[in-house]
Amino acid sequence: MNAKTADKVATVVICLFAGIIVLVLLGLLGFILFRGLSHISWDFLTSAPETIKAGGGIGPQLFNSLFLLVLTMLITIPLGLGAGIYMSQYAKPGKVTNSIRLVVEVLSSFPSIVVGLFGLLVFVNIMGIGFSLFSGALALTVFNLPLMVRITEQAMAGVPREQKEASLALGLSRWKTITSVMLPIAMPAIITGTILAAGRVFGEAAALLFTAGMSSPRLDFTDWNPLSPFSPLNPFRPAETLAVHIWKINSEGLAPDAGEIAAGASAVLVLTVLLFNFGARWFGRFMHRKFTATR
Amino acid sequence: MEQSAVKGQKTNSKSAFMKPHIREEWVGRVYTFVCILVLIATILAIVYFVASKGLSTFITNGVNIGDLLTGLKWDPEGEPAVFGALPFIFGSFSTSLLAALIAAPLGCCAAIFMTQIMPGAGRRFMQPVIELLAGIPSVVYGFVGLSVIVPMLRAIFPGQGIGILAGSLVLAVMILPTITSIATDALAALPGGLKEGSFALGATRWQTIYRIVLPTTLPALLTGVVLGMARAFGEALAVQMVIGNAPHIPRSLFESASTLTSAITLSMGNTISGTAHNNALWSLALILLTMTFIFVFIVRVLERRNHR
Amino acid sequence: MATTGMKVKDLSVFYGEKEAVKKVSLSFSPKQVTALIGPSGCGKSTFLRSLNRMNDTIGGVKTTGEIWIDDVNVNDPSVDVVELRQQIGMVWQRPNPFHKSIYENIAFGPRYHGIKNKKKLDEIVEDSLRRAALWNETKDRLHNSALALSGGQQQRLCIARSIAVKPKVILMDEPASALDPVSTSKIEELIAELKKEYCIVIVTHNMQQAARVSDRTAFFYMGKLIETDDTDKMFTNPSEKETDDYISGRFG
Repeated sequence: MNAKTADKVATVVICLFAGIIVLVLLGLLGFILFRGLSHISWDFLTSAPETIKAGGGIGPQLFNSLFLLVLTMLITIPLGLGAGIYMSQYAKPGKVTNSIRLVVEVLSSFPSIVVGLFGLLVFVNIMGIGFSLFSGALALTVFNLPLMVRITEQAMAGVPREQKEASLALGLSRWKTITSVMLPIAMPAIITGTILAAGRVFGEAAALLFTAGMSSPRLDFTDWNPLSPFSPLNPFRPAETLAVHIWKINSEGLAPDAGEIAAGASAVLVLTVLLFNFGARWFGRFMHRKFTATR
Repeated sequence: MEQSAVKGQKTNSKSAFMKPHIREEWVGRVYTFVCILVLIATILAIVYFVASKGLSTFITNGVNIGDLLTGLKWDPEGEPAVFGALPFIFGSFSTSLLAALIAAPLGCCAAIFMTQIMPGAGRRFMQPVIELLAGIPSVVYGFVGLSVIVPMLRAIFPGQGIGILAGSLVLAVMILPTITSIATDALAALPGGLKEGSFALGATRWQTIYRIVLPTTLPALLTGVVLGMARAFGEALAVQMVIGNAPHIPRSLFESASTLTSAITLSMGNTISGTAHNNALWSLALILLTMTFIFVFIVRVLERRNHR
Repeated sequence: MATTGMKVKDLSVFYGEKEAVKKVSLSFSPKQVTALIGPSGCGKSTFLRSLNRMNDTIGGVKTTGEIWIDDVNVNDPSVDVVELRQQIGMVWQRPNPFHKSIYENIAFGPRYHGIKNKKKLDEIVEDSLRRAALWNETKDRLHNSALALSGGQQQRLCIARSIAVKPKVILMDEPASALDPVSTSKIEELIAELKKEYCIVIVTHNMQQAARVSDRTAFFYMGKLIETDDTDKMFTNPSEKETDDYISGRFG
């Protein structure tokens, strides 16, 4: 085989492989949406699941997922911002900083099931919070924090040095420089990254099995007192999320329409993640345009 | 507080802590430092708790560490209970290795496609595809694996469709984005002169890729593959849904098997804390954790070589 | 105000092992413009940046020697850098306005230093913009983004921003090298105006500019101060051969 033929063959093979990947994604999305969309209705999205009868919905699970996401972000964002700022602005280059960076890297590659086990032991049992949204949010924080730190650190590193120096030269403290000059410039990148991270949190299940639990109490959507045990807003009640629900009905679902429910729930999950993805993209482009526009 | 700050400035007090900017600086430093401490404390706590629980199997329950690592029989509720975790270890290694073997060529080809063959339009089109693949939650992969891949394998091959191959296929798709994005970054960072020199000598594009591009980026490509394997090794639910969960070493790719993660997922909820069975599951988690460290170590070594 | 100059004694700056500035002693008088000239990499920018301890923000830089402003040694580790930098304004090569409105760019510093009164701030903004010869161009759009200004306007805004906090000394690091000739001459006029009140130190590559704007000139070469004198004398009759070679364009 001469060089020209080899070149052609290789090009075809590479394009073919790239094509396969595109087909896999299209097939995946097509399958989920095709199987799932027909099952999605207002009733499906709002009603409670049934254990053995057909016709159950995913209302509480959907609510739990969203509520858990909010709780997680409330804990993660301040922590992640602080740690990221420390890494990019205060940490002096050297051995200590390098080992902290290694810690972040290791933490981000821990299997989520191990994070879940840790949550079970420490948050659920030792701290006595029990299977609850709050335990789940803490576990997801462990899972999400390294990502937030990296997002913040990179966004802060992307701020032009002249901006920082201009502020320092005016006689502003470093902290004021960080919060008033650098953070606003880094914000678009941080927000884009956070939205993507939120998508990851929304779909996570393994870390939640043993922390937020695999069941929900019968929620009373008329009771909005966060202290009442049946209130949807009570952060100390167990909560099965959408992703956990999909896993559960696939492995032990008894309802005759378990397959359809799983498909419908998967479609909802994927659509939400797509929404986060496009949201992040759109926001990134919007901010880019806003900042580069001449007027 | 505010009042004293203003006063401190007006009277230009020598006391350093009265100066608002010094106090402010302090608040910032303490706040960010506490955040980083939380991060470090978290990882130390994870290592400590998983290790102490995982090691108690050997210390409290008297299981031999060698027996656990090499034993073939897992019968935690039997009389006497037997904890041989080799089937799980085997399952984890075989699924993640196989997944990497499937995903690596695909991912590298996608990266070459995006950087060398169609750097403009191809990349604009492929990049979102890869990002979306990365964004799909693992339970959804498990669900699709269960409803598409398993029946398909059952129709073509002997057996029930569940098993190592089904798990590997699902994992391969899941780790594809990791491998592809790292490979793409590495290929895109290659200095243009390197390629042009080769083209100028009359080499074809494939010869250039094969002789120049791939060898120079090899450490980075391997980094991607190792990170992909690490992700596959730690993935729990998607694998658990399609692998069958039988606690023994399968004789073929199409026979029910188990991984470390699937064993933990299935049994942790049904055991009582402090029992030998429960502790044994923590030992499995400890193996997972150790492997994570090994993967990170390998990645570090590869990166160091890459920078040289 | 403005009766303060700076005195530098035996200043050395090290980047790791490399000595970028070698035992430089130099003083800057009030109401005068001092130009620092020399070929690229001669240490003049590093020297300038050490005058307000801006090199602290880069890791691995060590500075020795003394820098006196009034009775304060800038290089004393116990000095409050934040307060110090308020007294020493700085202007960079590329205009770097904050990503804020024109008004905010100016008001940001004074407000931080304790001026909360809106009327007072308005006055400072107008006064600073007038001194920077930017008021007429911007008075109708004070609340538009500063990034919408042209490069030359942005640079004058940066100068206005630095004088808004009432510094004693203004450091300029090639303030006109990224600008077109018209903007450059506006900046030069502005420097001539500002020197009536401030002590100005300007780094420049452009010998004609040094000759036009400065009263005194210091020539740096390979990290050393070769010679310093009145600008007229430096450009007509320098005492050192290296200075002569550089000024007549034989290298650099």
